[in-house]
Order: sequence, then C-alpha cells, then structure tokens
Amino acid sequence: MDVQVLTFLIVGASFALYIAIAIWARAGSTQEFYVAGGGVHPIANGMATAADWMSAASFISMAGLISFMGYDGAVYLLGWTGGYVLLALCLAPYLRKFGKFTVPDFIGDRYYSQTARTVAVICAIFVCFTYVAGQMRGVGVVFSRFLEVDIVTGVVIGMAIVFFYTVLGGMKGITYTQVAQYCVLIFAYLVPAVFISIMVTGHVLPQTGFGASLADGSGVYLLEKLDGLSTQLGFNEYTSGTKGTFDVFCITAALMVGTAGLPHVIVRFFTVPKVRDARKSAGWALLFIAILYTTAPSIAAFARVNMIETINGPTVSEQAPTGTPYSEAPSWITNWEKTGLISWDDKNQDGKMFYSGDERNEMQVDRDIMVMANPEIANLPAWVIALVAAGGIAAALSTSAGLLLVISTSVSHDLLKRNLMPNITDKKELFYARLAAGVAIVIAGYFGVNPPGFVAQVVAFAFGLAASSFFPAIIMGIFMKRMNDKGAVSGMLAGIGFTAAYIIYFKFVNPAANVSENWWFGVSPEGIGAIGMLVNFAVALLVFKMTKEAPQEIQQLVEDIRYPKGAGDATAH
Amino acid sequence: MAFKNEEDKKAYWRENLALMTKLLVVWFVVSFGFGILLVDLLDQIQVFGFKLGFWFAQQGAIYVFVALIFIYMYKMNQLDKRYGVDEE
Repeated sequence: MDVQVLTFLIVGASFALYIAIAIWARAGSTQEFYVAGGGVHPIANGMATAADWMSAASFISMAGLISFMGYDGAVYLLGWTGGYVLLALCLAPYLRKFGKFTVPDFIGDRYYSQTARTVAVICAIFVCFTYVAGQMRGVGVVFSRFLEVDIVTGVVIGMAIVFFYTVLGGMKGITYTQVAQYCVLIFAYLVPAVFISIMVTGHVLPQTGFGASLADGSGVYLLEKLDGLSTQLGFNEYTSGTKGTFDVFCITAALMVGTAGLPHVIVRFFTVPKVRDARKSAGWALLFIAILYTTAPSIAAFARVNMIETINGPTVSEQAPTGTPYSEAPSWITNWEKTGLISWDDKNQDGKMFYSGDERNEMQVDRDIMVMANPEIANLPAWVIALVAAGGIAAALSTSAGLLLVISTSVSHDLLKRNLMPNITDKKELFYARLAAGVAIVIAGYFGVNPPGFVAQVVAFAFGLAASSFFPAIIMGIFMKRMNDKGAVSGMLAGIGFTAAYIIYFKFVNPAANVSENWWFGVSPEGIGAIGMLVNFAVALLVFKMTKEAPQEIQQLVEDIRYPKGAGDATAH
Repeated sequence: MAFKNEEDKKAYWRENLALMTKLLVVWFVVSFGFGILLVDLLDQIQVFGFKLGFWFAQQGAIYVFVALIFIYMYKMNQLDKRYGVDEE
C-alpha cells in the first residue's frame, strides 16, 4: 500500500478513536467540564498531562532545534522538564488541596481581590492564545505535508475534531482523549528513534546509543565524530555552546519557572481525587515526558551525523569529503525538496551537494526535517511514516484542547461566574463554557490559517509572562501566609511590566538591537522572565512590608491548604 | 484523624519544608550546577561517549528530576501517615 493511503488510514483510525472516547466521556456538569469531576486516576492524569504539555513543537521541532544548537539545546531539555519538579514540590499538592477550578480562582481567593483575579485571567487568556495559534498551525502543516491537502483544509479538520471533543466532553473528554493521544505520539516518536539508533550505533535504546560508538566498526564515539565533523565544516563543536553561561542560566530558569506557572498544566492537577494523587500524578507526568525528552537529543545527534554524511559523503580516509553528486541523492532529499524544507543551490557548479557552516555551504535545511524525514532517512517502512504523521497531529490536538479549555474556563468561570454574573446557574455556566470553547476554537483556527508573523516571537512572551506573574504569586500565596493583596498585585504588575517591556523592546520596537551586546547583563529576551520573576518577588515583599498583613481568615485558609487533611480540627484545640 | 496538637502541626510543616529544600538543592545542583555553571569543568571527564557535563545537561538531570518527584511522593506519604493526616 502506498504511503498516502496508509497515512489516511492511520490518521483516520486515530481520529475515530478520539471521537469514540469523546462520546463515551460527555460532561454533564461544570465540575465535569472544568476538572473532569475530580476523579481521574493519577497515572491516567500523568499521561494526559504529558500529552497536554508536549505540543507540536516538542514533537516536530525540538529534536531538530537541538540538532542545530548542540549543547545549547539543553535550555529546552532542562527548562521544559525541570519545571515539573517545582510544580510537584511547591505547587500541585497545595493547589489540589485548595480545590477550586482554575489558577485565577486561587489568585483571586487567596489575595481576596478582584484586581488580582482580573490580572490573572488576562495573563491566562493571553498565554493560552499565544500557544494555541501555534498548535493549529502545526496541525495544518502536518496535514499538508503528509496528506497533501492544503493548510486551510488541514486546520479546518483539526478544528472540527477538537471542537467535537472539547465542547462535548470538556475536561473529562479531553483527559481521556489525551491519554490515547499520548500513547499514539510516544509510540510514533520512539519507533523511528529506535530503528535509527540501531542503524547508527547498534544500540536499541536511543538514550545509550547517544553515548555509544558508531556501528561502522571505526570504534569512534558518536559524539566525538559529531564534534569532529562540526569543527571540520566550520560549525561550533557540537558538545559545547555558543551562548553565554549566564544567558543559558536565565533562559533555563525562565522556561522552568514558566512551565510551572502555565495554567493549562496546573489545572490538570485539579482533576485528581486527592492531594497524594496530585504528587503521584506529577511524578508520572514527568516520567512520561522524560521518555520523549531524553530521546530527542539522541535523535538530534543521530540525524545530524546521518544528514551530514548523506549530503557531504562519508568520511572514508583522512581527506575531508567534498560532497555527494546530486544525481545520486537519496529519494528523501528530492521528496522533501518539494516541500521547501530542504533546498540545494549549486554555488560552485560541481553538481555535488555540500553542507557546512561557512561560505562553502550549498544547502538550506529546515529543523523540522530531523523528525519528519527521519523514517525515510532510515529507510523505514511506509507505516512508520504514517505513524509519525498521526503522532504529530496527536501532539498538536492534545495541547490545543488543553489550552482551549483554560480559555473557556477563564471566560465562563473566572470572568462571568466569579466576576460579572455571580448568580447564574450551573447549567447556564456550562452553556457559556461550551460557547466560549467554541468561539476560542474558531479564533485559534483563524490564527492557524493566517499565522501572525509574531507567533515565534511571542512564545518567549508566554513563558516570560507565566514566570513573572503566576509563579511568584502562587509561591508566596502558599509559603508566606501573611502576604497580602497589595503586595501580590503590585508584584505581578511589576513583574509583567518589566518582562513585557524588555521583550517588546527587543522583539518589536527595535529588533535590530536584539544582539547580546545590548542585552542587560547578556540576558536575551527569552531569559528575561527569570529576572522578571525576581522583580515580582522583590516588589511584592517591599509593598508587603509597608502595608497591613493578610487578614486572619485568609491566613487560616493558607494554613488549611498546607495539610492534606484535618488542619481545621487541629486549630480548634 | 487530625493533628494531635499545635506542636505536631508545626513540626509537620517544618519537616515538609526541610524535605522540599533538600530535594530542591539536588534539583539545582544537577541542572544549573552540573549542566550549566560547572559544565566546562565536568566536560573534562569522559564517561563512555559522553562528556560528563554535556550528559548532565541533555540526559542526566532529567533522570534525576523524575527520581526527585517520586522520592518526594514516597517521603510525603510517610510523613502524612506519621502525623495521621493521610487521606483515607
């Protein structure tokens, strides 16, 4: 059977599965719609969190990104996993004990302030829209490359599927489809990775193949080879970085803290029955995420060696290779040339392709090719190619659904129920939640079809905002029971203001100045969220010192969330 | 079940914070320490095909992260039991 037909079959089967799950898991109340009735098994929630978290970017782009960045790729690997430790140890159990539906719920109640709630709602909606636009685009791209339908059709199909199970099932529908989507995406990621690891190093596990010697009998380690090739071709040594140490530190910190503060991740911990389940579920979530995140850097290294050797020709003797004649290029190069992901410009007119980091370079290679073309590079059967397509779509759909739910909850619950129309019934609120989800999907789809040029720029924004607003406010809300409304609100505003100003200046107002010489202390806009977080803490503490501490009943509330149960009884003694 | 007295309640929170701090120190050392600040130093050490610092930055720290959460879960469950505040 040809690839096209197989892809339609496998992707179609995965869609049928998601829809079947959605029909089975319909939501009947706001509690089911917002937090799946609070009855999700911790391991299932771990899987759902992993799928929620790993987006089209993690699945399709991350390995390629690392492949071109070498050591510096560690900022993503550490940043996007390390945040879960903060989440599990400092946030998730307490927020579960608090037991409401959303992050703005916590901020608003803990700081007894509508202003705080409103700031939190705006941040949550902004962060989610930023993210979801990229996901819809991802769906469209996968559709157009693997199924050769145009991007608009791809986005519309993706929207229809997400609409169906988000609007119908709410959090309950999303959770169980995300469990299925995790299985699809991790299987699709690992199969080509294992094959390519065996091919390059003879190791079944990509994680150990990464540090093994090559299977060609030369006895040279993979990474040694890669370092050698990189310097020979005028790139930086693969295992060392080009970014400044302090910048790497700040970017990693901003991504970690941002991860821990992202509302669509936090809200997943409201869905488990007990505090101990929240702890457990965080551990499983990170385990499921780590499977992909430790495979990605291995794929990055394998794919890079493969690509360089395919284009430039294998290193057989001391002499550096001079390129492979285009007429002998493997079919994946010509296949992917059609999509524009790889292109060749024969500058020296010798009919041979050559890839390097200096003026000899004749190739343009897009980072996404590292995962998407992997099965072809490794000569894997057609069903693996189809599987990768289904995996990419699963990653994009699961993340979009999680984000859309946060948007709809923010509107129906935080904005309407808790702010503008406190007297509406549960039924009415549920109706508004569904309506908001529907509207959000249409807006997200619009951005997917007409991506604003700034999507790539605002991802830094999303993490920076989450890091400089939510994270400090929640941490102080739990660990400093006397922290008051004024401190928290001014801290959030200062943190967001500082971070936003820095990013807007370098990304939009004066992009030409966006070079390390102009950055404060060498911190790039991607890493400024870490500093914004410190600003938030500092301002909050300063204002707190000058104002009255939180009222007694709030301190009591904080006491209460610190203990899994029975705290109320103890104080009665 | 609940805390027997105020002292117990304070002690529980103290132990929780102490555990959290210890684990966060490890979290910081393996990622920001070994993977970023000390990476050049550790890269002098070669373990199989990996430079050690590079390994921590792209593999090792992630394994430690997973272990830390499960250790926290296990220890906290014990603590909850000891103070009679476990659920069920």
